[in-house]
Amino acid sequence: MISPALKPPKTQPQWVQSLFSPDVLAPVIVGLLILIAWELGVRLTHTPPYLLPGPMLILQTLVKDWPQLFSSWLITLKIAFTALGCATVSGLLVAILFSQSKWIERSFFPYAVLLQTTPIVAVAPLIIIWLKNNTFAALVVCAWIVAFFPIVSNTVLGLNSTDPSLVNLFKLNRANRWQTLRYLRLPAGLPYFLAGLRISGGLALIGAVVAEFVAGTGGTQSGLAYQILMAGYNLQIPRMFAALVLITISGIGIFAALSALSHALLKNWHASAVRHEN
Amino acid sequence: MLTLEHVGKTYANGTVALHDFNLTVQPGTITSLVGPSGCGKSTVLRIISGLGHLSTGRLIWQDNQPLHRLAYVFQEAALMPWATVIDNVRLPLKLSGVPKRQALERVSEAIAQVGLEGFERVYPRELSGGMRMRVSIARALVTHPTILLMDEPFGALDEMTRGKLNQDLLTLQHQQQLTILFVTHSIYEAVYLAHRVVVMASQPGRVVADIAIDSPHPRDPDYRTSAQFNRYCREVSHCLSAAMGESLALAL
Repeated sequence: MISPALKPPKTQPQWVQSLFSPDVLAPVIVGLLILIAWELGVRLTHTPPYLLPGPMLILQTLVKDWPQLFSSWLITLKIAFTALGCATVSGLLVAILFSQSKWIERSFFPYAVLLQTTPIVAVAPLIIIWLKNNTFAALVVCAWIVAFFPIVSNTVLGLNSTDPSLVNLFKLNRANRWQTLRYLRLPAGLPYFLAGLRISGGLALIGAVVAEFVAGTGGTQSGLAYQILMAGYNLQIPRMFAALVLITISGIGIFAALSALSHALLKNWHASAVRHEN
Repeated sequence: MLTLEHVGKTYANGTVALHDFNLTVQPGTITSLVGPSGCGKSTVLRIISGLGHLSTGRLIWQDNQPLHRLAYVFQEAALMPWATVIDNVRLPLKLSGVPKRQALERVSEAIAQVGLEGFERVYPRELSGGMRMRVSIARALVTHPTILLMDEPFGALDEMTRGKLNQDLLTLQHQQQLTILFVTHSIYEAVYLAHRVVVMASQPGRVVADIAIDSPHPRDPDYRTSAQFNRYCREVSHCLSAAMGESLALAL
């Protein structure tokens, strides 16, 4: 009937098993096939590397230019993660504030939308001028603008999507505002917050790269966008691709990490993370 | 222990939910409220619990205690999906600041009363509908309520589970001399459980009959097939259809 302690028999560690699961194997095989086709296509058509380098050449460039690329990578990641952290904290606080009063939400939510609809490319130069003494802070602010809204809007939705009977139960037991927030609204909103966080994770990275592009090649400490720009000017197309690869890997990594976090926090109860057996 | 005098309730849109509604609940008994949907049965519970306000009339607690521990069991189990059985049952005590050790004692007592020992660490999604309702009842009992309000608690359950829960509720009520106001739309359930069945009609919600069920209490499943049970069910059914015919005539 029910089996709370039922777990798959432990023959191998779980992560080894999941490594060979169809969910992992299928996309890996597709990826490999595409890479092979790409390499073959480039070689057979004798495409020059300044138009399209093959994957092998990109890999060689990545290894050869690793010191410069790696330090740029760290800078970009630092901007993205700082922005994501700020967006998480500020987004959560703003969402909690909104959930406390319909009037606050009514009055301020449109301005949160404004942040979302602002084209970051258009305002980034302004922000960089305003914060000209601190390029790092300027870039973080740009990435924060992009990452902030999904967290706010999802968390507001989550905090307000509580079971009406449970709300009544809390009222009947004379729960105060803090208790209702702590024991009802926050747990009910957690899945929505995590969904917003996953979106914002990718957006923070994109925001960081876009802002770096706008900041251009002037900075002393420069991230991956700087590498891409410079490589473009110098026609070092393989190096440009190598930098792109690093950005892609970071994006996938951030998404995977946040998905794992979401799964770990929700696996006991939420329908999105619970395994269904029919 | 509790009297509602000439209670009226009109919603903001002009709907009259209750009109001149009178009801007295005796301590240590089960009172059933039965009636068609929309007759204001749930409104009565909401007014008693303080979730809703009455427009006219009075609500009088006889023993004059300022704070009544009332517990409410909803139509659905209304459990927190992120919390285990033990944490769900503990919720009312946590909200009122009962120390953890003392709370856990009362929680395991309540869990035992509804027969869910061994499921303390289980999450609601792993439980069947009937067991979720048991958790909901345990959460109500854990506060030692002076009155237990139940709003069609077994309506969504299958017949077998419903019968079993009816039986267990009778046993619990008898053991602890609980005062229960039980809303249902099932005539059989109302008669089987209650010391008294109050029949309501709709448009506006009002009492049309108040029938004492003078069979020995608590009852066992054999009672369901007895002539006495059938007689009471017929009586309640007659009152209901008479009232519904009357409302229909009024509407026409």
